[in-house]
Amino acid sequence: MAFSFDLLFEALLFGILLGGFYAAVSLGLSVSFGLLDIPNVAHPAVLLLGAYGAFSLGHYGIDPIMAGVLLMPVFFVAGALFYKAYYLVFERRGDAAAVNGLAFFFGVVFIIEVGLVLWYGVDQQSATAPYIGGSLELGEIRLPYRLLAAFSVALVMALALSTYLSKTFYGRAIKAVGQDEGALRLMGVDPVKVKQLAFGIATGVNALAGAVLLILAPIEPTMDRIYIGRTFCVVVLAGLGSMSGTLAAGLILGIAESIVLMFLGASWAPAVAFGLLMVMLGFRPQGLFGR
Amino acid sequence: MDLSRRKLIGTASSITVASSMFSVPAWANNPIKIGMSMPQTGPLGAGGKAALLALKMWVEDVNSRGGLLGRKIEFTAYDDQGNPANTPGIYSKLLDVDKVDLLIAPYATVPTAPIMPLVKQRAKLLMGNFSFQVNAKVKHDMWFNNAPWNDAEGWFAGFLQAAKDSNAKTIAITASDQEFAQNLANGVRSGLARTGLSSVYDQNYPPTTKDFSSIVRAIRSTKPDVVFVASYPGDSVGIVNAAHEIGLGPTVKIFGGGMVGLQFTPIMESLGSKLNGIINYNTYVPGMPLKGIDDFFKRYTAKAVAEKVDPLGYYLPPFNYATGQMLEQAINATKSIDDKAIAAYLRSNTMDTIVGPVKFDAGGERANQRVIMAQFRGVKDKDLEQFRSPQRQVIIHPSADKTGDMVYPYEKARKA
Repeated sequence: MAFSFDLLFEALLFGILLGGFYAAVSLGLSVSFGLLDIPNVAHPAVLLLGAYGAFSLGHYGIDPIMAGVLLMPVFFVAGALFYKAYYLVFERRGDAAAVNGLAFFFGVVFIIEVGLVLWYGVDQQSATAPYIGGSLELGEIRLPYRLLAAFSVALVMALALSTYLSKTFYGRAIKAVGQDEGALRLMGVDPVKVKQLAFGIATGVNALAGAVLLILAPIEPTMDRIYIGRTFCVVVLAGLGSMSGTLAAGLILGIAESIVLMFLGASWAPAVAFGLLMVMLGFRPQGLFGR
Repeated sequence: MDLSRRKLIGTASSITVASSMFSVPAWANNPIKIGMSMPQTGPLGAGGKAALLALKMWVEDVNSRGGLLGRKIEFTAYDDQGNPANTPGIYSKLLDVDKVDLLIAPYATVPTAPIMPLVKQRAKLLMGNFSFQVNAKVKHDMWFNNAPWNDAEGWFAGFLQAAKDSNAKTIAITASDQEFAQNLANGVRSGLARTGLSSVYDQNYPPTTKDFSSIVRAIRSTKPDVVFVASYPGDSVGIVNAAHEIGLGPTVKIFGGGMVGLQFTPIMESLGSKLNGIINYNTYVPGMPLKGIDDFFKRYTAKAVAEKVDPLGYYLPPFNYATGQMLEQAINATKSIDDKAIAAYLRSNTMDTIVGPVKFDAGGERANQRVIMAQFRGVKDKDLEQFRSPQRQVIIHPSADKTGDMVYPYEKARKA
């Protein structure tokens, strides 16, 4: 592909929008894995659950993003209850439970996938909305509205989560529980309840992020596997637990992929995420925004 | 023991009557076992489940007629998720644990390719299932593909002819980085010189790609006359959506080629009017005169609706039913389930099926290939029933099946 500044500019714009999508689908994991240190490999499967939930509400004429917002409280409660069960069965047992916990989350992945196959069938499902299928024309450049919508949702979610975690008491408690559980207990705060709240938030965020997944492309019950590597990569690249870092890491990844895809070819795109991760771990093991 | 003759006869008679009451037919104890894997989940699951339904219909039909050679058919199908890593293990299990008599390949090239060395080594007959060129290098002499194509040249001849007819000079090629799409794209690449087309864009993309905006933008910047795509179902949807949003540019005369998925009803229904103008390969579209196919679709649709699979089922199901019909004819004719005997029969006879007469070449591919290139026209959004009409997919190639002329350039065809 011949280089031109027009193409480079366009690749940058697409990269920013794609990066917003990567950030949106990684924010929940940034809380559960980044802050709580829970090996939540079921994160993309829960995202997919959110996407199917938004798809189902679409049958009642509800816009996918609005459906995601409506599903957030349901997912929050489910996530909080789920963490309680995880804590009682695995976390309370100590270090030896880590591998068991990982196996447990893989089990959750399969249960969700099989459940989706049984309920929705194996066909691809897609949503309709005024912003799906159209694009914003800026001269020669056309930006798909669905990517603009994904980027906007990611921006709002990252800002809201970042503000909540840094400005509120419970937000700071969530950050603290990831750093020193014992100290938090000495302050009279129950770390299990804080973690329950945090896992609820991480799961709730996934409902909206799932809606973003639905508007980006058609969904099918096993597509969560595609996102396991990429979401973990964004979270580690960001620095575990940093919301603004997650947004920045998503954008860096999106821009790098888009430029590589435009000028080198799509085959190289998957190598970008893990190439960047390796470079980052070599020079700054704590990630971009990690402490 | 003092046993009178009358008592002896009475006892013997009772035993005979009782044993006949509780005995089962010989065929029920010694069924013919047919096994396969099929993608029932994953990206190929939609097609796989529809194909499986058709095969089960054939098994039901045969068993209702009393089976084959007086023996019932016992059919086993495992879900391979469309994952090539799963199929060698499944087929080993079918052979060594389930001890099946006959094998049918899973749907699609990618899951089939890894089992070819195994079946060749074990000298087993394998009825292929819409694979493309998987036997080209393995050269297994007991492979018989149910797909209506043969080599790459015959496969895309219609598409390249369309390019020639539109006076196209340049082509952009994008293909998924997997076996099927690469076999196809390589065939197109090698055929370019003969058609006078020069390549201005030629890139593969990883099968995990979900957003195709950047790829479509890169293609658009090269201003091609023809855009050839070789893709699997999820990618096909993404590419059509991106082409609709970003636009391929005013230079494009023909868009399509080898997009798998645009034959599946749920995908056709969801893409709706975005399909208009695309010229893509197909195996059957309504209006093709094939003996017995209408009755098949009548029965298939009733079952498909109940089982929530592709309700039209034009692409894979009739060819999978035909696989069963071919096995049935070969077993009845040879009066045997011996792999070699069945293979010899299949190789030297024309088979009568609901997808027409099937004749195999030495490599087990179709000697009488019938890949059609059809152009989507006048498709509306959210209307499944419209695809039963021959007008929605107009056959432009081959000439024997032609139902209309190609409309081009692509921008004009989109509105036709």
